[in-house]
Formats: sequence, C-alpha cells, structure tokens
Amino acid sequence: MLRQVFAITRIGIESIPQRWAPSLVIVIGLAGVVGVFTALLAMTAGFVSTLKATGRNDAAIIMRGGSDTELNSALTREQSDVIEQQPGITPGADGKPQASAELVVIAELIRRDDVKNGANITVRGVEPTAFALRPTFHIVAGRNFTPGLRELIVGRGVVRQFQGADVGKTIRMRGSDWTVVGEFETGDSHESELWADVNVARTTFGRSGSSSVLVALDGPDGLSKLKAGIGAEPRLTVDALREQEYFSGQTKQFREQIGFLATLVTVIMGLGAIFAALNSMYAAVAARGKEIATLRAIGFGGLPVLASVMVEALLLALAGGVLGAVIAYLLFNNLSVSTLGQNFTQVVFNFKVTPALVLQGLIIALVIGMIGGFLPALRAARLPVTTSLREQ
Amino acid sequence: MAESMVAVNNVTKVYQRGKQQVEVLHGLTLEIPRGDFVALMGPSGSGKTTLLNLIGGLDQPTSGEILVGGSRIDQLGSSQLAHWRAHNVGFVFQFYNLMPVLSAESNVELPLLLTKLSAAQRKKNAAVALEVVGLADRAKHKPRELSGGQEQRVAIARALVSDPQLLVCDEPTGDLDRATADEILGLLQVLNREHGKTIVMVTHDPKAAEFARRILHLEKGRLLEQAA
Amino acid sequence: MTRAGFVIANLFRKRTRTILTLLSVLLAFVLFGLLQSVNSIFSAGESFVGATRLMTQARVSFTQPLPVSIVPKLEAVPGVARVAHSMWFGGIWQENTPLFVFAVDPLRQRDVYPEFVMPEAQWQSFAHTRTGIIVGKLLADQYGWKIGQKIPVSSNIYPQKNGSKAWAFDVVGIFDGKDEAWRKQTNQAFIQADYFDEANQFGTKGRANFFIIKLANGKQAESVSKTIDAMFENSPDETKTQTEKDFNLGFVKQIGDIGLIVHWILFAVFFTLLLVVGNTMAQSVRERIPELAVLKTLGFSDGAVLGFVLAEAFALCLCGGLIGLAIASLLGAMVAKGSGGQFQLELDGRIWAIGVLAIIVMSLAVGLLPALRARRLRIVDALAGR
Repeated sequence: MLRQVFAITRIGIESIPQRWAPSLVIVIGLAGVVGVFTALLAMTAGFVSTLKATGRNDAAIIMRGGSDTELNSALTREQSDVIEQQPGITPGADGKPQASAELVVIAELIRRDDVKNGANITVRGVEPTAFALRPTFHIVAGRNFTPGLRELIVGRGVVRQFQGADVGKTIRMRGSDWTVVGEFETGDSHESELWADVNVARTTFGRSGSSSVLVALDGPDGLSKLKAGIGAEPRLTVDALREQEYFSGQTKQFREQIGFLATLVTVIMGLGAIFAALNSMYAAVAARGKEIATLRAIGFGGLPVLASVMVEALLLALAGGVLGAVIAYLLFNNLSVSTLGQNFTQVVFNFKVTPALVLQGLIIALVIGMIGGFLPALRAARLPVTTSLREQ
Repeated sequence: MAESMVAVNNVTKVYQRGKQQVEVLHGLTLEIPRGDFVALMGPSGSGKTTLLNLIGGLDQPTSGEILVGGSRIDQLGSSQLAHWRAHNVGFVFQFYNLMPVLSAESNVELPLLLTKLSAAQRKKNAAVALEVVGLADRAKHKPRELSGGQEQRVAIARALVSDPQLLVCDEPTGDLDRATADEILGLLQVLNREHGKTIVMVTHDPKAAEFARRILHLEKGRLLEQAA
Repeated sequence: MTRAGFVIANLFRKRTRTILTLLSVLLAFVLFGLLQSVNSIFSAGESFVGATRLMTQARVSFTQPLPVSIVPKLEAVPGVARVAHSMWFGGIWQENTPLFVFAVDPLRQRDVYPEFVMPEAQWQSFAHTRTGIIVGKLLADQYGWKIGQKIPVSSNIYPQKNGSKAWAFDVVGIFDGKDEAWRKQTNQAFIQADYFDEANQFGTKGRANFFIIKLANGKQAESVSKTIDAMFENSPDETKTQTEKDFNLGFVKQIGDIGLIVHWILFAVFFTLLLVVGNTMAQSVRERIPELAVLKTLGFSDGAVLGFVLAEAFALCLCGGLIGLAIASLLGAMVAKGSGGQFQLELDGRIWAIGVLAIIVMSLAVGLLPALRARRLRIVDALAGR
C-alpha cells in the first residue's frame, strides 16, 4: 500500500510545476501565517528573556511592603541600614554585607526613530557594591562613573534606541547637566537604564533614602533567614523576593497582551490560510482529475490516492511554513525595539526567533495543510472514475 | 440582379506562425448577393474558416477589400468592428458557445445589452427569437439541461435577436446527429427563404451543403469554379 | 438580465471556489477592521477632548506626583477657570480586572468635567461621604453596581494602613456622559482624595499625578500652558502642561510603535490575499477564454470585456470586504461591551472609508492583469483554441 502511495505522490509532485500558481498560493499563504505568528511571538520571547535574564537566583531585592515595583517603593536611610544588618546576607571580601541601596528615578530621552516624543528612562542611583552584585556587568566603552560627580554610565540598549546618550554627551536632568562617561552591558533589562552615584542622585533629585536594597543571599536558605529577620524587625514593613523572581514578574502584563494579540491574529490568518489551501487543493485535484481517474482505472486504490493528495498538501504547507520562519528570522531576529515596562519606563529588548518558536510555526503550518488537504483528498478518492475520465 | 450583400475583392490573408509567414488566402474575389444561402466547402487547411472570419468581421485581411452591406469593414478599427458586428451579423458555431451560467433566454438576450432597449423590450425580443426557433418552452433552462440540437437553436436565436442581415455559420451541424442536423439546416432554410437572411455557412458535410442555394469550393486559399 | 446580472452569474461558475475565495477576503477584512480599530485606540483621543482643558503633570513622568499645594498657584494664572487634581489609584476588580480609578477632589472634579452628567445631589453626597465612590455608567452596567452598594476594589499600588491592598467603597453616585463620545468615557470611577491620603499606608499625602486645568476660553490654551510651565521651571516641581489630546497621544506612543506592528501584519495579510484572489481571478479568466471571445463576436468591445472581468473582481472583493468589516464591527462591539469599556474597539466612519478604499485597490490589483488579458485576446485565436 505504501508503495502505491509513494508512486502516486511522486507523479503528483512532479506535476506541481504545471500547477505552479495554485501551489504557490499555498506556500505563500502559509509563509504569511507562520511569518506573522513567529514575529509576534519572537517579540514576546525577546521581552521575556530580557527580563528573565535579569536578576540572580542567589540575590534578593527588598522593597517597601506592598510595592510591586521599585518605582512605588521608598525606604528611609534608617530602614536600608537595618536591612543590611539582617541575617541571610553574604559578607563581601571586606567583611561588610554585600548590599546595595539603590534609588530609582525617571528621566526623559528622545528616541532615535521618533524625535517628537520623549520617552521615559529609568535612572538608577547605585552604591559601589552594586557592581559586584551583578557579575554580568562590564564596561564596553569609556569608563565607569566617578563617585561624587555628576557622571552617568548608560546601558547598551539605551544607546541603541535613544539619542543624546552616547559616551561624551551631556544629559540634562532636574536642572543640572550630567556627562555620559561610559557604556555598559549586563545582558539583561539593566541595559535600558542610566546608572549614577546614588548620593549624587539623591541630592539632585531631592530625595533621601532609596527605592530598594539589593543583597547577595548567603547559601540556599539565605532567603528564608532574611525573611525571618525582617519579619521579626518592628522597624521594617518590607518584602524580600529573589531578584530573578521580581524581574520575571514584570513580564506578565506584556506577555498576556501580546499573547492575546498573537493568538487572535494567528487564528484569523490561519482560517484564511485554510480557505486558501482548500481552494488550491481543490484546483489541484481538478487539474489532476484525469490522471487520478486513470490511475484508479488501472487499479490503484482510493486510499493511496487520498494519502497522496494529503502528502502533497502537507509538503506545500511545510514549504510555506519554512519560508515564513526563515523570513521572520531574517527580518526580525535580534531586531532591537523598546516598549513601556512596569515602571512606565522603556525596556529595550531584541526579537528572539527561537528554535521552539520555529517548531511551533511549522506545526501550525502542518495542521493547516492537513485541514486544507483533507476534503479535496476525499473528493479525489471518491470521484467516480468514469466522470473524471470524461471531464475536460 | 439582387444587390450585393458581401463583396470580397482580391483579399489575401497572411498569418504569422512562429517565425514563418503562412499565406492562407490568395487574392480571393467573390460576391454574395442579398438573400443568398452559400455553403463554403473544402479540405482542412483550405482557408474556408479564415474566409468566414473575414466576412463576419472577426478578423482583418492583410490586403484587399471586404464590403458587407455596402460598408468597407476592412477599414474599421477594433471597436468600430465590434459595434458593426453587434448590428450587422450573427454567428453560429459548431460547439454552440453558449454561456453556461445563463439560462436560454438570458443567452439570447445577451447581445441586446449592446443596444439601448429597455429591460422589458430586451426580454420581449429574446422571447420572440426563441419562438422563431421553436424553443419558447425551454426559455428558463441552462445549456447543460438542453440537448445538442436545442443548444444550437438557442445559439441561432441569439444570432437572430439583433435582427442582422447576415448570418455566418461555422460547421453548425458538425456536432449533431443526422436527424437533428437536418432540423437545424431546415431552420436555416426557413430563415433564409421566409425572413430574407443572407447566410454563409462553412461545412465539410456534402449533405449539409445541399441545403444551401450555392456551394463554393476552396482549396489552398483559392476559390475553385462555382457550382450551382 | 443585465450586465450586472451577467457578472454575478459568472462568479458562481465554480461555486466552491468563489465561496472559498470570498471567505478569504472576508477574513482578511475582519483582521483589517479589528487591527485598524486597535490602531485607532492608540492614535485617537481627539474625538472627544475639547481644547478647553489642559493636563499638567511632573515634567519627566506623571508617575512622580506633584504637591496639591500648587493648585492655588495654577488657579491664579490668567485664563484659568478652575483646577482639579487626580491621583491614579491602580484599581483592580476581583482577581485581576483593571479598573480606571482616580482619587480626586469631588467638587473640583465636577467643575472641570461638565461633560459628566450626574445629579447635583449625588455630587454632594460624594463630597460628604469619605468612603464614597462615584462610578461611570459603563462600569455600573457592566458590573451591576447600584447606589447604596458597598463594593470591594483593590489597589495594585497602595495598601491601606493595615497593610492590605483590599479597599472598599460605598457607591454614592453613577455618572453618564453628555453624548455618545463622553458615554465611552464613563469607564472610570472616582474616590475622595482626602480619604485616600488618610487611609493609605504609603503616606503620599497631598499629592496628585495629574492636574486638570479648565480654561476660561479655549484660545488661551497655548499661553496658559507656557505660563504654567515657566512658573515651575528649574524648581523641584518642574511641570509639563499640554492639551488633553497631546497627553493621551504621548502616553500611548511610549508603548511603542503599535501602528508599525499593525501595518506590518496587515501588509503580510493583504499580500497573501492578493495572491489568493489574484490566482482565482486568473484561473477564472483562463477557463473562460472561449466565452470571452464569443462575447467579442457578439459585438462587445475589448473595453467592455475588460470591464466585465474587473467588475467580477470588484464584486468578489466588495462582497467579502463589506461582510468582513461588518463582522469586525460586531466583534469589536462585543469586546467593548465585554471589557466594560476598557477596550473601545469600534469601527468608526474613518475605518470603513479606508476599508472601502482597500477593497477598491484590491479589486484593481487582482483584476487588472486578467482583465487586460481578456481585453487583449484575439477572437480568431481564442476560438480556435490557440
């Protein structure tokens, strides 16, 4: 039976060039569906992976109780001092706890591609301990800022997406001028931020205290020890969570919205592709009518005919799916964009066309091909032999 | 002598077939008086269909003159020729060439869309034409619901509906059995004798040719001697 | 029978093919309608706002609240009729449905938004009930809220003094919009700023994210904004004042170039559709070459035959396109209703106009080549099967 299927399929496939137009329709139609689907989800994947990559599992971020983002949190000097004395925090080389009290404020920069509207960027005032707490941090251009001076280092993503943030430029914030002295990379969402000395930031922005405290956890039970400690401390109403958990949590809304959009668009496009595929496969079956009838008259069974038409549909759909994935990859992979993050500031991220995504797209293509091929295949198998032989 | 309906003067027709030039008609001259019923016969490749196409205004000669009803149709531009065809000639083909998506009466009405008649008048004229060919009771049927002979009648009704003076028929009975063929040819005779239509018919069937008043023979693009 | 009738009859030559093609066109236009209305949300904001109001916020970001104490200074600016202030509460209904809730000064809110319609008694009730909340009609209808009811609304930002983010308010008023456009804006709710200050744990007292400036006369919008911003320049409370419309636009632009994404998707969809429908038209014409030749023999000019083919393409696209847009309208209205006015997905006149234009362009794109082929065909060759 299998041999019959192969034989008929080969005849069918060899005749595809004669039916190149309707076959092309299936290929391009599916390329479109898979392409759009892949692009939309690559956007989500990129955003999520940028944020997921941010934060370590063995570091914790402490914020005011009930705050779900650093922007909404405020800690006094006294509170951050008390926090740094809690159990569960690894001491650094100098014996002092590895902790960095950080202040998050908002500044405005102009995008490179849209000069009319400014966009908000996160400015993070950090202590010297901040760098050791982020092992993926390193300077890629210029130098680090000098404590005590109005100097900034900017994340790589900022330089990519916004104007006026290159090394050597001056940025005006709160009525004072800051010099950009270096560019850094961390491989995560911190690349969308401007970093400065926390004390200088405090004075300039008229704040005391900080938004959060980042600490290195001591051993696997460091977090529980820390939580116990702050729970028992009456001067503190704060929450501690793993740094990575905090940043991953920031992606929820984006994932949900884009997920919804991607699903809606893909379903509608998928339906359209099914209709297009049905159309083309009916045309293909009609075009091969005589040939199929002759095969049946010779003695090939109905089932091999059905299978061969399905195989043809699946192959065309697969070709389309691969084409769509390739186009999505070429056009969109590593495309840098930015959008509104949880702090109402921009997060810069890249589209990521992952292998898992490509696989999903191909599966969709195959499903559509199967649905689009089935009814025509059934018709081909059931066609009364005599009618087809007589048909023009 | 009855005035001339069709006058073909020294007409030559050359076709481009790939790289070659093929001369299908060589300096042909003939005359068809009004009210005549002429059968054109000849082996395949003799140019009879080509001649028919020229007389019917479907194609233009390479050189020479063609006058139909007194007008020089070889000088008309494409859209003028279309307009001329609509009012002056009706066609009947071997394979009927009806629109499969339209009913018989709509098929007959089709040429009337080119006139300024109202919808009601169009319908009436079409009904009359169907009456003449004896198919009033099949008006609403689609071509696939009609037999070959019935389809050809509808085609003839369509050819008549604009009341042209000339009917051009290309193997009108080529696809029909003997009995049906005779009926169709009989109808053509009626149209010729009682309605005064001039008919030019191409056929390879000698029995069909007998229904005509005159038979002309073509061979290799030239007219042979005229037989009565 | 008419020329139009002939065109339609020809469309149904191969019924399955026509219907499948029609469905493809239909779906493409459903997507078109929905995506364009999503796009509209992100670029509109102009249909209902009047130029008689300005929005003032902290220059860098509205997430940094300014002190309410600046209100007298704002009201002192010539051209300013009244100032209200508003604090974003971050409202959540039940598990995770976002609610637009703001903490405001009740009577000032009444004064700067005359477009909201509510009996004076309810405004007074709101002013005198500390835990009072007034809700827009869209929300009230959506969730079945009635005056006198106590409703639980959480905040995703502000906990109460007891540490819990769950709040509760008494519904003391339901406001409507003065017209269709303002009715769409009744998807908000307002609570008392004083109560909020007193009850929230974070101690952001006497602050507001936005200040709404009602102008005495719309022509002074620009000068008033400039005056206000100049007043606070180089101070710790630097302001940015803009018209309501610009405010909405600016906010949305930060989300990203939604327009670009929508356009790319639609481009891919329509490119594919072009191929699908174009192929159908091409096939349809190819099959009918002899018939088209016969039309010419009957006396239809080359141009008339071209016209028939184009008309066919147009009929197909028009039918599928209009039904698709209608379905998009329906779906959009369902989403708008189901989300309590959150997502105002509606196809307005502008989108329909663009849709019709797209239909026309598409008809030409898919029909032109086959139509030209039909026009070009030579009767004699076509009849002979060449």
